[in-house]
Order: sequence, then C-alpha cells, then structure tokens
Amino acid sequence: MRNRNATAALLAAILGLALPAWAAADSAADAVAPAPAPAFTLQSTSGQQVSLAQFKGDVVMINFWASWCGPCRQEMPLLQSIYQKYKDMGFTLIGVNVEPDAKTANAWLKATPVSYPVLYDPQSTVSQLYQVQAMPTTVIIDRTGTVRYVHRGYLPGDENAYLNSIRTLIVQ
Amino acid sequence: MRTVSLVLAAALLASITACAPVEPWVKPYEREHLADAIMALNRNPVSSTYLDHVFESREGARGATGGVGGGCGCN
Amino acid sequence: MRVRPGRVPSWCMRTLIAVCFIAVPALAGVLPPDRADMLYHRYQGGGITVQGPSILVQKKIGDHLSIGANYYEDMISSASIDVLLSASPYREKRTQKSVSAEYLHGKTTYSAGFINSVEPDYKANTSYYSVSQDMFGDLTTVTMSYRRGWDQIFRDIKQNGFIVNDPTFHQRADHRVYGVSLSQILTRNLISTFDYELSTDQGYLASPYRQIRYLDPDNPVGYTLANQIYPGTRTSDAFSVELKYYVPYRAALTGKYRYFTDSWGIVAHTVQVDYVQPIRHHWTLDGNIRYYRQGAASFYSDLFPYAGYSNYMARDRELAAFHSITLGVEASYAFSIPHLTWIQKSTATLRFDRMMITYLDYRDALFSKFDPGAIRAGAEPLYSLDASVFQAYVSLWF
Repeated sequence: MRNRNATAALLAAILGLALPAWAAADSAADAVAPAPAPAFTLQSTSGQQVSLAQFKGDVVMINFWASWCGPCRQEMPLLQSIYQKYKDMGFTLIGVNVEPDAKTANAWLKATPVSYPVLYDPQSTVSQLYQVQAMPTTVIIDRTGTVRYVHRGYLPGDENAYLNSIRTLIVQ
Repeated sequence: MRTVSLVLAAALLASITACAPVEPWVKPYEREHLADAIMALNRNPVSSTYLDHVFESREGARGATGGVGGGCGCN
Repeated sequence: MRVRPGRVPSWCMRTLIAVCFIAVPALAGVLPPDRADMLYHRYQGGGITVQGPSILVQKKIGDHLSIGANYYEDMISSASIDVLLSASPYREKRTQKSVSAEYLHGKTTYSAGFINSVEPDYKANTSYYSVSQDMFGDLTTVTMSYRRGWDQIFRDIKQNGFIVNDPTFHQRADHRVYGVSLSQILTRNLISTFDYELSTDQGYLASPYRQIRYLDPDNPVGYTLANQIYPGTRTSDAFSVELKYYVPYRAALTGKYRYFTDSWGIVAHTVQVDYVQPIRHHWTLDGNIRYYRQGAASFYSDLFPYAGYSNYMARDRELAAFHSITLGVEASYAFSIPHLTWIQKSTATLRFDRMMITYLDYRDALFSKFDPGAIRAGAEPLYSLDASVFQAYVSLWF
C-alpha cells in the first residue's frame, strides 16, 4: 500500500512537471512572419472615425486592451510613456478597447488618461481581423504597413521587448 | 489500483493537450463576464476555507471542495 | 486520573488537513492578487462554541512569485453531547500557521505550502504541492495536486488538578490526498469545474475520547460504554461538479454537487446553490443553500447489541446517517480609505450561516444518563443540532 502510494505520487509529480512542456504549443513569440496589416476604421474616444491608413509611414503599435483585464491596466501608463518618448520620431500608439459596452472603459480612462488615440471595437471586428489570442495583445507594424511583431499578454518587464522592437523599426 | 488508474487518467488528459490544438470558442476579448470579480471561483479564500473546515469537522465526507481556473485568462 | 473524553473530536483536526488550501491558485496565468484579510469566526451549536481569528496575507515578490501566510486560532469551549455523556466541559485552544508560495512560469503555476496545527492533544503537519496548467486558449485549466499530512495524537487526562498528556498514549496518523481538477469555460457566461480527490489515511483514525455503547440490562441506564475500535486505514473518493453562470443583469449563480464514497461504507451527497448579487457601487449580497446527506459507516451503530459485537465499532456521530441543511447570507460593503492610496480596494463583510443537522441513527443518550430507567436504551429521541456560524472580516487589496 505504501509503495503503491509513493509510486503514484512520484508519477503524479513527474506528470505535473511534464504537463507544461506538452502544452508548450501555447507559448508566444514576438517576431512574426511579415504580413500586411489588415486595414480598419474605428471610432475614437473623441468621436472621430480613425483609420489605420492615416498612419502609413509611421511605426504603429496597436494595443488591444480591456478595463477588466488587470495586466492591460497595468501596462497602459508604460505605454503612455513609450508614446511620449517616440511620438515625434514617426511613431504612433493606438489603443483598441474590445469591450461591447464602453462605460467602464471610459470611467477608467477618466481616472487614468492617456494621450494616444483610443478606439472602440465593440463588435470585435478588428480583434478578429488581428486574431487576438490573449489579453492584452500588442501588434507592432512597420512604416510600410507590415505586421512585424506580436506580443501576447503582459508581464512586468515586457515593455523592454516593446522598446527593442520599436527601436529596430524606427530607424528603418 | 485506484491510484494507478487515477494517474493514468491524468496522463491521458495531459497527452490530449499535446495533439490537435483547439480553436478557443470564447475569445480572450470576450472574457469580460468571466473576469468579473463575482465570477471568481474562490472569491473569499479565508472565509471559504473556514466554512469548509466547519463542514468537514462535522461530516464524514471530505475533499473535492475547490476549483482552479477561469477568470480573465490574461497573459 | 480523570479522563476528559468526548471532545470536539480529532476529526476536526484531522480533516483540516484535507481542506486547508489557503489561496488555492486562482488563475493559472495570473498570480493571486495582493491582499490581506482579517477574519473573526464563531461557531456555536450543540453545546460547543468555537471562535477566533484568521489572518491571511498574500503578496507578490517580483513578477513570478506570490507568497501567502495565514494565522488561525480556534478557541474551543465545549459541553457537547459527547462531552456530557462521559465527563465534564472543557476549554482549549488550537493554533494553526501556514505558509504557501506560488510560482508562475508562462501558463504554468507551481505551488507549495505547509500547514502546522497545534493543540494540547493533537499536532498536525501538512505539506501540499500542485501544478496548474492553462490550455486550449486559456479556456481550460488542469490542476494536479498532492497533499501529505502527519498527525500526532495524544490524550488529555487530569492529573493533580492539571490537564496533561497521558504519557501512555501517543498515536500517529498519516494522510495522502491526490487531486485532479479541471476547470472549463463553456460560454462567455458559463464556467464549469470538475474536481476529483482520492484520500488515503493510515494509523490511528479514531478519537481517544469517544466511546460506543452496547445494550446491558445489568446497567441502570440500560447500556454500558466501551472503547471504539476503528480500522487502521481509510480510502475515499470525492468527485464534484460545479457550474457558475453570469446572469445578464450582473449577478452570479452557482450550482455544485459532490459525491463521496469511502472504504468505511459512507456514501454522501452534497448539493449547493449560491447566488451573488452586487448592488450599485458598494454592496454585494450573497445567499447560499447547502444540502448534505450521508449514509452511516458500516461499523457505526448508536447502540450495539452486546459487548464485542464486531471487530470494528464506532459511535462517532460524524459517521452516522444524517442530513443537514445550511442556509447562509452574506453582505459585503466596499469602502475607500482616505490618504492610503496604496490600498486599491477594501471591503467589510458579515456572513451568517445556520446549519441544521438531523441525525437518523444517532440518539440523545443523555436522556437515559440523566434519568436512568425513564427511557429504554435505544428509544431515546434522535439527536438533532442547530448551529450558528458567524464571520466578520475586512479585506484589503493593495
């Protein structure tokens, strides 16, 4: 009885540790095979219709976020400082809010304002276009309108990955 | 015997995950309701642990009281 | 030496091991939020009052690690039916301390923890480990867990007016719990959880204080007390299903069912329904109904026909056939604390549960004890117990 228990426990522990390796197919990589960035037009917080095409020639960083997503809220002040730093170097940051009802998002933006454009995607059309697979998702597009980097999720320290990608594309 | 079959069942489950990646039918940007605090599987850990203890002290049954997962699925 | 039997049984201390998950990993993929909870708990029923604090702190260290610590006390004042049957009321304190750690790596959460529980006649140490994995686009979380407990059981006796451990009594019990859990998001508004736990116990699994009774016409009360004899092992399976539904006007409805069976012949069903309703900005209300039904253990009897009836004999009411209904209500108020901006959210909560247990084959033997001959042994009324459980706590998120 005791030996069987010990063996079972050992097997369970090994499986437990092996489990992550088997599910490794989910892990994200930033650099992607270059593909044209799908075009879209969405309404911004200021009421205007904003298109991706307006920013052709700039390095564009699209951040898909929601007010209910903790890591999204956590990274936005950092995104704001990235925007402030690079906006005069041909760089633009666009926030796309994915919530069907903008009420909570607006309340949160009021408390934590950002100066880069924030667009509403209430029907998830753009989220589907860009195949958003995690919250948040950050897509970085180069000056020719090609998607070059996709970063899924946010952990403190990921902003360094963003900065590296931006620096690479800014000089191109 | 029971423990061995339990372990085998877990192994089977784990191996399933390595094959055929399934398209998530609830997209990450559709997780708003599931991420709501009231939908948390264990809203108040201190309180629910205590109540579990109260019941287990007076009953013959034990185990299978909690769950892990759900939520916003962020990261 | 006067024995002090019939206490809140070692079931209490024993089973805490099987249930004490502090801060079970809430989300694989995200560490638990930083929080502190200060709880006051009070159980009152069946002649027992148990009260005390429970303090929990959960804090992230760096980006991948979260540490938790819990301090818990039970101050017990007991004049329960078991105590009154063979001795006198008593008071004692149980102290429990635990620590846990969770490490997040990508979509995997590893956790480990340790619990230490000490009271004058029972010492229990538990360690637990679990691995939690998000898969299928984070719709599924699989968790595997292992828990190991080591108990030391003593027996209190009165010597020269003091309560001491009986030096001739020192027993051990070992516990192992293997768990597999799967939580599956079904729709935007519905999440399901399947939980299976296999528990095995070995060693001294009885209470040193409880006794059985057998029919004895030579005894004025009609019965004679004798020692319980428990099996030295126990294996149990528990399987539960839970569904949690987001009601469109913003509320949460939960339904849960658990099936339990073990090698002692106990079969139990638990059904629970819970409803959470936030009101405006500050209030959250919670209503809960729990129905529990248990069949008796195969070696349980309220009154054995004669001495030495069977190789295993028990009269612990926790092993009897009974059903219980528990009704719970909870109100929580979210408030802000001025000047302390590092506190993101704070709530004050009051919770009240009323537990009503009706025993189907456990009788109130005090009737015959206090009035010998008035009621025939075995014809005493069935025992029933109503208990009130009160909780008041403050939670801070930072």
